[in-house]
Amino acid sequence: MDNLLSLITFLPGVAALILAVFLRGEDEDAQSNAKWVALVATSLTFLLSLFVIFGFDPANTEFQFVEERDWILGLKYKMGVDGISVLFVMLTTFLMPLIIAACWEVKHRVKEYMIAFLMLETLMLGVFCALDLVLFYLFFEGGLIPMFLIIGIWGGKNRIYAAFKFFLYTFLGSVLMLVAMIAMYLDAGSTDIPTLLYHDFASESFSLLGIQIIGGLQTLLWLAFFASFAVKMPMWPVHTWLPDAHVQAPTAGSVVLAAILLKMGGYGFLRFSIPMFPVGSEVMGPLVLWLSAIAVVYTSLVALVQEDMKKLIAYSSVAHMGYVTMGIFALNQQGIDGAIFQMLSHGFISGALFLCVGVIYDRMHTREISAYGGLVNRMPAYAAVFMLFTMANVGLPGTSGFVGEFLTIMGVFQVNTWVAMIATTGVILSAAYALWLYRRVVMGDLIKESLKSITDMAPREKAIFAPLVVMTLLLGIYPSLVTDIIGPSVAALLADHQTALLEYELTHQHAAQAGQ
Amino acid sequence: MAQIILFAPLIGALIAGFGWRIIGDRAAMWSATGLLFLACGLSWITFLGFDGLTQIIEIARWIESGSLSAYWSIRLDRLTAIMLIVVTTVSALVHLYSFGYMAHDDQFREGEESYRPRFFAYLSFFTFAMLMLVTSDNLVQMFFGWEGVGVASYLLIGFYYRKPSANAAAMKAFIVNRVGDFGFYLGIAALFFLVDSTDFDVIFAAGPELAQTELSFLWREWNAANLAAFLLFIGAMGKSAQLFLHTWLPDAMEGPTPVSALIHAATMVTAGVFLVCRMSPVMEYAPQTLTFITFLGASTAFFAASVGLVQNDIKRVIAYSTCSQLGYMFVAAGVGVYSAAMFHLLTHAFFKAMLFLGAGSVIHAMHHEQDMRHYGGLRKKIPYTFWAMVIGTLAITGVGLPLTHIGFAGFLSKDAIIESAWAGQNGAAAYAFWMLVIAAAMTSFYSWRLIFLTFFGKARGSRQTHEYAHESPRIMLIPLAVLALGAVFSGMIWYKSFFGDHHAVESFFGMPHHAEAAADGHGDHGDGARLDHHSAASFGAIYMHPDNHVMEEAHHAPKWVKVSPFIAMLSGLILAVIMYLWQPSLPGKIAKANWPLYNFLINKWYFDELYERIFVKPAKALGRFLWKNGDGATIDGGINGLALGIVPFFTRLAGKAQSGYIFHYAAAMVIGIVLLVSWLVIRMAGGF
Repeated sequence: MDNLLSLITFLPGVAALILAVFLRGEDEDAQSNAKWVALVATSLTFLLSLFVIFGFDPANTEFQFVEERDWILGLKYKMGVDGISVLFVMLTTFLMPLIIAACWEVKHRVKEYMIAFLMLETLMLGVFCALDLVLFYLFFEGGLIPMFLIIGIWGGKNRIYAAFKFFLYTFLGSVLMLVAMIAMYLDAGSTDIPTLLYHDFASESFSLLGIQIIGGLQTLLWLAFFASFAVKMPMWPVHTWLPDAHVQAPTAGSVVLAAILLKMGGYGFLRFSIPMFPVGSEVMGPLVLWLSAIAVVYTSLVALVQEDMKKLIAYSSVAHMGYVTMGIFALNQQGIDGAIFQMLSHGFISGALFLCVGVIYDRMHTREISAYGGLVNRMPAYAAVFMLFTMANVGLPGTSGFVGEFLTIMGVFQVNTWVAMIATTGVILSAAYALWLYRRVVMGDLIKESLKSITDMAPREKAIFAPLVVMTLLLGIYPSLVTDIIGPSVAALLADHQTALLEYELTHQHAAQAGQ
Repeated sequence: MAQIILFAPLIGALIAGFGWRIIGDRAAMWSATGLLFLACGLSWITFLGFDGLTQIIEIARWIESGSLSAYWSIRLDRLTAIMLIVVTTVSALVHLYSFGYMAHDDQFREGEESYRPRFFAYLSFFTFAMLMLVTSDNLVQMFFGWEGVGVASYLLIGFYYRKPSANAAAMKAFIVNRVGDFGFYLGIAALFFLVDSTDFDVIFAAGPELAQTELSFLWREWNAANLAAFLLFIGAMGKSAQLFLHTWLPDAMEGPTPVSALIHAATMVTAGVFLVCRMSPVMEYAPQTLTFITFLGASTAFFAASVGLVQNDIKRVIAYSTCSQLGYMFVAAGVGVYSAAMFHLLTHAFFKAMLFLGAGSVIHAMHHEQDMRHYGGLRKKIPYTFWAMVIGTLAITGVGLPLTHIGFAGFLSKDAIIESAWAGQNGAAAYAFWMLVIAAAMTSFYSWRLIFLTFFGKARGSRQTHEYAHESPRIMLIPLAVLALGAVFSGMIWYKSFFGDHHAVESFFGMPHHAEAAADGHGDHGDGARLDHHSAASFGAIYMHPDNHVMEEAHHAPKWVKVSPFIAMLSGLILAVIMYLWQPSLPGKIAKANWPLYNFLINKWYFDELYERIFVKPAKALGRFLWKNGDGATIDGGINGLALGIVPFFTRLAGKAQSGYIFHYAAAMVIGIVLLVSWLVIRMAGGF
């Protein structure tokens, strides 16, 4: 099958189209059909994606499963995966059936809800597979729309505010990226990503409006992409859309947002910023390290005092993404391995945590921490699952949360001990906010009258958590499953980065000598 | 065999934790206990048959990234073997004891809630994590065990989840430990950065090089060995409840008493001491850190003993006693006599576990009353427990024949430490010696005070409780009896191997002969590092620098030094006899007369209050400030004033927010993107 990636990417989209065109009516049967179509389509996508992972050769650091054809207006349609992107594809296909299953009890406009998620899956997979700038941009921006709708239609009370905040933040960043892409095209004459990876963008310093710009065009391009990816990540201080979006989004929307959409920023850094603008990354890297360190401490402290469960977990997500950006811009094997690992692991853990909130939100219709307490008395299975993911979130060794955190700290220590030290305080703060949340919600005697009849997780809910539990523990105990696949590609990425920097330094010396 | 020892408790934990629904409570509990006895038996076989050669057994790959590679593996050397018997013996006995202790619990609804298998599952899981810690061959797996025991401790302290105080204590234990882990984490990072590995063999071989290396960390350059050792020691401070990070240990007494015996006395809290001994090849090259360890250990020994003098909760007295004894062990390690630290770790495990289990037996008899002011005269009611506690007290206070090697376990190991402190060469050694002697007097005082208040005098408190007081069932007394054997004999049996005879110690720990090592080191200075590299394989379980003669000098300490702990012990005993047997009104009068001092001690030197004020409250206040003023006012309001200006405009436009409108916006967005892309496409088409 030489169009496997397209098949995977567009299968959910086709299912969405079928739903949109053929499914009529709002009765229970139609709702049930919509859900089943979505579940089957996402499951099928996952099964198909297994062919990708089993057919993938980690030792080959080039793009694999490449498809290329002509498209409209002389543009190219090009797809492919390498060691950096293939696991994000897997993460997406793995989580989507669970996410569909998690919205089984939704009653409001079910058909449209399913269509939104199916479209979203197509667009997210497209982001990770696209090997052409324009294609990438379409998927990247298009993904905003279903998410915007999910928050705006199926969200909470302030959904409109949150949806617009989400949209404007991410969109404003993207406009800059678009400008940068045009500049790249003008400089390189191609929109083909593999070609751009080997293109040397101009890096001579020049001065603009009286400001000396070190690294020249590369730094400017880097900054434009950074504007988009930093918001998507989200990095401090452009993170404030995330807590609002999470609080207003429905459970399944939060899961997609935290587990997959946030990873696009990190993926973007690895696909564009570092290999295409090595000089820009070198110039701006320290800034990212410091922003990351601040993010870890700042958002952990803010998480500590939240009164809304979802907001707390959202802030904790920002802190964890701090480790990711820190690892990426440590620019060494441990740092980047750790960053990718942390993104994948955060996909399972934060997804599970938002599902945990969803479980009790479905029952009590409140996310206020103070409305709960003593749930362990009536919900032992829930308490156990929540405990596991709380500990995974805290970075307990043996869970996947540890590996990423550990590797990024090992990586960044080699580069900047201040940043390493500040980021490591996160291990204290994360324990504080996570365990305090757990204590207030789950521990204690069950006193509140409203909770006296709360029921433990239903079999459907347990079935959703089971794969997440397995993955969290499996990757914690045997992380080589991931590092074997990403390792060679990361090593190649770093080698290319080093070469590019060396060349840059050589030409600089030449220029300096010529000047004398 | 090592694999069976390691994984038997894990299997037990899984059976007890999940299998009880299928096979029933009792079968689950017995399987967990049976598997632990199996592990215990195999551990003793390993320990007694151990030949001193280090074995490394690889189990599976774990974290690999570039040059970093940490395996799941077992390192079996003398240190591991000692820890294996300590952990599995105490754990097996505590499992057995728990059948009696946990038989009825008012915290749970009998018949409705199945709490016992859960308790056994946690105990077994703890044992597994502890074994992972002591058998690890690299720092990362050690950290796995380190955090694993932390979680087990968290779960067990919070076992009575309905009690708010238990939940608070569990959280506090985990978070304070994490402060230590912060240091441990950076320590691992520093060592990985320096030697490009986390494996012990590589790190050990690099000891001499580290001593010559400067590492830039934060604002200045540091000596690499000192810095790495110091960072790791911060981890040890957290886990072993040393001064400044000790505050969680007394609160941890909220957990059921068998937990206190296993985790917070015999095993987990000694992990820090184990870490320092394990890292001895680095520690030996980190003189400043060793001085700090000595100083802090001695201060902890003094501080905790002083607080223990006035506590009224029977478990808290023993908890502070544990804290204080851990300080002793650190002093021994700090002056470079690691074997003495391990010796005290071993003997302390026996007698302190016994004291805790004895206290548990008293509490069991007294219907979960823990305040000693409500005890009194229990000698006749619970005679076996009484004798066990007396043996434990004789052991901890260090009773024996002065100037001989005949005495209870604590007599030999504690005196070994005090003599080592006297002979110690670093700057804090003299301070440590005097602090430890004073602490020995206080230890004797509070230990006997506990005995006298509990078992002697008139019955105080509720008469009903006293009438119903009964001796514990046999299943609880058997573990006491076994531990009593250890408390009496373990010191005399192993004195020679750990401290008594230089050659015996060397062969016991598999150390290369001092003379050879000295020849290696002094041969050619330029070649020194390489030679040390070469002899890496012959490292024993602990390493002592060729210039480290503290142990020999300790043996030649003057008589007054050797007798001083005995005198301290006697003076504490006499004072306790006077105050609690002859003149029971005296303590109240003294407390009243010296109320500032008394308040200072009973409030534990006000550490909790201080930390609440300088850490907990400011952290929350800062969090709130950053949330409201940082995220709210500055970021949302300032930098993105634009976004905020536009958002309300849209929201108004949406009016009543009919969801139908949303589609219009979505359509607008799609059109916008299409327009942007079209423009791009047209530009490009122009380019072709």
